[in-house]
Amino acid sequence: MGGNRDMFKILAKKELGPKIYWMKVEAARIAQKRRPGQFIIIRSDEYAERIPLTIYKSNPKEGTIEFIFYVFGQSTAKLATFQAGDYIMDVIGPLGKPTEISLFGTVICVGGGAGIPLIYPIARALKEVGNKVISIIGARTRNLLILEEEIRSVSDEVRITTDDGSYVRKGFVTDVLKEMLESGENIDFVLTVGPVPMMSAVAEITRPYNIKTIASLNPIMVDGTGMCGACRVTVGGKTCYGCIEGPEFDAHLVDFKELAARNSTYKEQEKLSYELFLKQQSTSGGKNDNE
Amino acid sequence: MTMSKDKLTPKERLKIPRQPMPQQPVKERIKNFKEVPLGFQPEQAIREAQRCLQCKNPTCIKGCPVLIDIPYFIGLIAEGKFIEAVKKIKETNSLPAICGRVCPQENQCEKYCVLAKGGSPVAIGRLERFVADYERSRGEVEIPVIQSPKHKRIAVVGAGPAGLTVAGDLAKLGYEVTIFEALHKPGGVLVYGIPEFRLPKAIVEAEIDYLKAMGVKIELDCVVGKTYTVSEMFKDKYSAVFIGTGAGYPSFQNIPGENLCGILSANEFLTRSNLMKAYLFPKYATPLPRAKRVGVIGAGNVAMDSARTAVRLGAEETFIIYRRSRQEMPARIEEIERAEEEGVKFYLLTNPVQYIGDEKGWVKEAVCIKMRLGEPDASGRAKPIPVEGSEFTIPLDLVVVAIGTRANPIVPATTPGLKVNKWGYIEVNPQTMATSLPGIYAGGDIVTGSATVIEAMGAGKIAAFSIDKYLSNI
Repeated sequence: MGGNRDMFKILAKKELGPKIYWMKVEAARIAQKRRPGQFIIIRSDEYAERIPLTIYKSNPKEGTIEFIFYVFGQSTAKLATFQAGDYIMDVIGPLGKPTEISLFGTVICVGGGAGIPLIYPIARALKEVGNKVISIIGARTRNLLILEEEIRSVSDEVRITTDDGSYVRKGFVTDVLKEMLESGENIDFVLTVGPVPMMSAVAEITRPYNIKTIASLNPIMVDGTGMCGACRVTVGGKTCYGCIEGPEFDAHLVDFKELAARNSTYKEQEKLSYELFLKQQSTSGGKNDNE
Repeated sequence: MTMSKDKLTPKERLKIPRQPMPQQPVKERIKNFKEVPLGFQPEQAIREAQRCLQCKNPTCIKGCPVLIDIPYFIGLIAEGKFIEAVKKIKETNSLPAICGRVCPQENQCEKYCVLAKGGSPVAIGRLERFVADYERSRGEVEIPVIQSPKHKRIAVVGAGPAGLTVAGDLAKLGYEVTIFEALHKPGGVLVYGIPEFRLPKAIVEAEIDYLKAMGVKIELDCVVGKTYTVSEMFKDKYSAVFIGTGAGYPSFQNIPGENLCGILSANEFLTRSNLMKAYLFPKYATPLPRAKRVGVIGAGNVAMDSARTAVRLGAEETFIIYRRSRQEMPARIEEIERAEEEGVKFYLLTNPVQYIGDEKGWVKEAVCIKMRLGEPDASGRAKPIPVEGSEFTIPLDLVVVAIGTRANPIVPATTPGLKVNKWGYIEVNPQTMATSLPGIYAGGDIVTGSATVIEAMGAGKIAAFSIDKYLSNI
């Protein structure tokens, strides 16, 4: 292989919901450095893609980090086959700029689906400096809604929605946000992380109120260090590199339509790759065959 | 020098034609990623080496950024002493298999060969490559003598050509060297940028194994500035740091439509193909867009690499789109010729001004404008001037932007006091490669902007020399 590699040992793994996994991994240097809002790039084995994942927690004393991922395609499905005791080939980070944590007053953190895990460290940091933190989290259905207790523990108030109404309120996180603003609540800062259409909708809701709104974006990346430019996003008419200038940007200035289009660049190949993986899994009996 | 077995007269030498390099036939090579030139056979190498006139005052050496004793090693090849020849090269250049392949010899050593005046200089690069390959294929790679341990630690940031050179030179002097590399493989541009068909990755791996055998440690997945910082290196008892982070931030033209799907930087296109092995998709999971009509913007070596990669990935038509004329193309002539042989077409004096996308946000055409050449600009090349009203469109479904790179800000931003120029490149004293901070040296593309492998290695050599001098004095 050339070069010494500290392989990254998986210390623990849990299934938080259908195809949603939590992992704790040894990564001492990343654990020391990581701040809320930052991400890692993971390459699970020699054949895998490099994929960005947000960091859920870090434990500097232990030298470990924790992350949560949803199985969306081949790369995440492969990672899901890894068990405690296995090694991930590459974990790189912490990447991106940390969230700007300051005392805004009352803040709302809006997290949807796979964006929920990042709400936890950001809400926690915002609360620690004295903000009143309201978290609005939502998912398609009840069993996809994760981390409710954890987010409660770092928020003053938590609102929950499910698209199908299977848990708490039926509807979208944006419905709740809209009502809160319409009811005249004084909100100083909004941070949102989740699917692109959701973040885009959040931006449109807060825009008329002129509330500072930050979105943590999820563009396609390869190296994650500014070298390739795959993660280009247009912010205020200017091209920015999501990996080093982001991942957080002023949501009122982000071209979400372009981001959604760019994120679909490899849709066809991703589908092919996932189907092939599932086929291999079924023939090998779902056995974990990472070498 | 003795040339006992090789007693040709200068006249006889002059009669030998420059030996052609065997290469993969075009029809075959456009369907694979295997190396294109196949290398000399021993007889051919000797024959080519016999063309060298063994000048008393050799001019070729001054064209070499690392000052290899060229006539000496060529004399050894003429005598059939291939291993001795490669050892001679390795006294000054620890990566001959790589330099023999990717150096622009026509602008360096071969340009100054006295035979160049007649149009066919000695094939110095091919000879360098031959002896390096000969040694490697016979498993006769010898680890050089390492001086007694100096018990001083050196940190090298970036495992590209500059960093590898610094590491090799300082390891030889007895320093404990650790290279910190951001990517998951060492080699820098040699692994992410230059394609397999021009530089087989097995060769890069062999060169890196050679450094490791000399005691160099390489820590991968370490983004200096993020995972670990230069200031922390000094706290961790590193006595000196060399920064060779390379061409880490691709440029775009900043024209409308440039962020449409299907428009990639050359860095991304090549990284996906080379480092991530997207050309072996789906065995390797990293994808590349499948395209029929590919436009590559720019005409440097990176542009040629991109165009030739596109051909191999199955594009029906591949175009180089370049705003100047053929004469100004920065790529090596050899690479331009190979691209042409492989069917790449050239839109010269043409510059994109806008990209138009389809309803899904995917690029479908480039709006281009014709250019004419004006007076020379700051670069010394004729300045391209748009011809008003000459817009036309080129239908394309993939665009690779290969117009150079800018400075990656991560290391300077996290190294307080490190002076950079107005473009963000690290400022150094060109005689020593010393930066504005004591004990910190820099070289390669992060100092000069986009340049060549051998220039980065040349900077690495100077830096290694200065670091040794600096540490001997404190």
